[in-house]
Amino acid sequence: MRTFGFPEFLFILEAAKWTLALSAIAFVGGAILGLAIALMRTSESGWARGISTVFIQIFQGTPLLLQLFLVFFGAPVLGLDINPWVAAGVALVLNSGAFLGEIWRGCIEAIPRGQWEAAEALNLRWRDRMRDVVLPQAFKIALAPTVGYLVQIIKGTSLAAIIGFVEVTRAGQIVNNATFQPLIVFSVVAAIYFVICWPLSLLAGRMERKRARALAR
Amino acid sequence: MNYQFQFDAVFAAWPLLLKGTWITVQLSLSATLLGLVVAIFCAWGKTSGPGWLRFIINAYIEVIRNTPFLVQLFFFFFALPAIGLRWSPQTAALVAMVVNLGAYATEIIRAGIESIPKGQIEAGRAINLKPWEIFRFVIIKPALKAIYPALTSQFILLMLSSAVVSVISADDLTSVAANLQSQTFRSFEIYIVVAAIYLALALAFSALFKLIYKRTLNYPDRR
Repeated sequence: MRTFGFPEFLFILEAAKWTLALSAIAFVGGAILGLAIALMRTSESGWARGISTVFIQIFQGTPLLLQLFLVFFGAPVLGLDINPWVAAGVALVLNSGAFLGEIWRGCIEAIPRGQWEAAEALNLRWRDRMRDVVLPQAFKIALAPTVGYLVQIIKGTSLAAIIGFVEVTRAGQIVNNATFQPLIVFSVVAAIYFVICWPLSLLAGRMERKRARALAR
Repeated sequence: MNYQFQFDAVFAAWPLLLKGTWITVQLSLSATLLGLVVAIFCAWGKTSGPGWLRFIINAYIEVIRNTPFLVQLFFFFFALPAIGLRWSPQTAALVAMVVNLGAYATEIIRAGIESIPKGQIEAGRAINLKPWEIFRFVIIKPALKAIYPALTSQFILLMLSSAVVSVISADDLTSVAANLQSQTFRSFEIYIVVAAIYLALALAFSALFKLIYKRTLNYPDRR
């Protein structure tokens, strides 16, 4: 039996690379999908609002773990060859797309009605209205909650461990099985997540307070 | 696509699914109630406790909010027994959920407390209420109305993330699904049905919470 030493620590730390890579995929993919969802949710077309609402309901109303299972076990059913990388990536993108879409819908709707009306009065088309008037303002409001949500994404990637994707949590399980020193192993695992997530939480909090102060003025 | 969907095996096991659903609901409700007790204490400590207590509570909140629930669960299930604390998967799951919800709910409750105008608390003091009476009647009750939506959505998030406790076989709905999966090999069908049950639970609870709000907290604000 091995004991927990520097090589074991390094093994878990190395795996942080995959946690970060998976988080980046989930965030970038989720941001693209989320923007589309947010625009659909705030659009004038009834069917676009309907589809995006159902999408959000489904992905916010079911556990991320089951979404992961459904992609992982569902893809072979559809005749697609799938590995834990792709399954985790797809499930996390769909999930964060739904949550970011809902966060950003709130930000778009927070833009005063008068701004929309003014843009309409200037005879701007929907695309220009969104691009030049609404979205730049919504972007400022969205920054803090988006950074905050990044923490949720990073924590969410830990579930990929359950389908065998070797990131920080799975690396911890592997080391724990070899050393039987769960207390130190899972403390190290938790500490790695903490070191990644805490600065983001602090940043989100600071941005939030700064904005609140700007609004109060 | 030439896959034959077979839901028979899944529906044949409905008593098991029902039992798993009940355990998930029970686990979520009891974790929320106990977590709220933790959170109310922590919110009190954070707003009016001594410095050292405030430091401990802050550390607790930051650690829990910046680490994954899965890792917290592993910590409670694998690490604590190693130093002599032995418990069943169900107890470990419940404790992990209580500790997790406690941290999130503390922040929600604190925000609620801070939404109470200072004058209202001073008024409570002026009519000679004891500090805990002020906390209970002047702060908690109106604060509850303000934080009700955030608290109820936190409950639903907790219920959904509780699916994770299946990795330590805590008998919840997802554990039942995993067991059925290994018996019938109908993974896709099982996970679709179970996801649908979670969705139904989430929608039902959010409708129920709205109804409760309308019946009990929907009084006008007096300013």
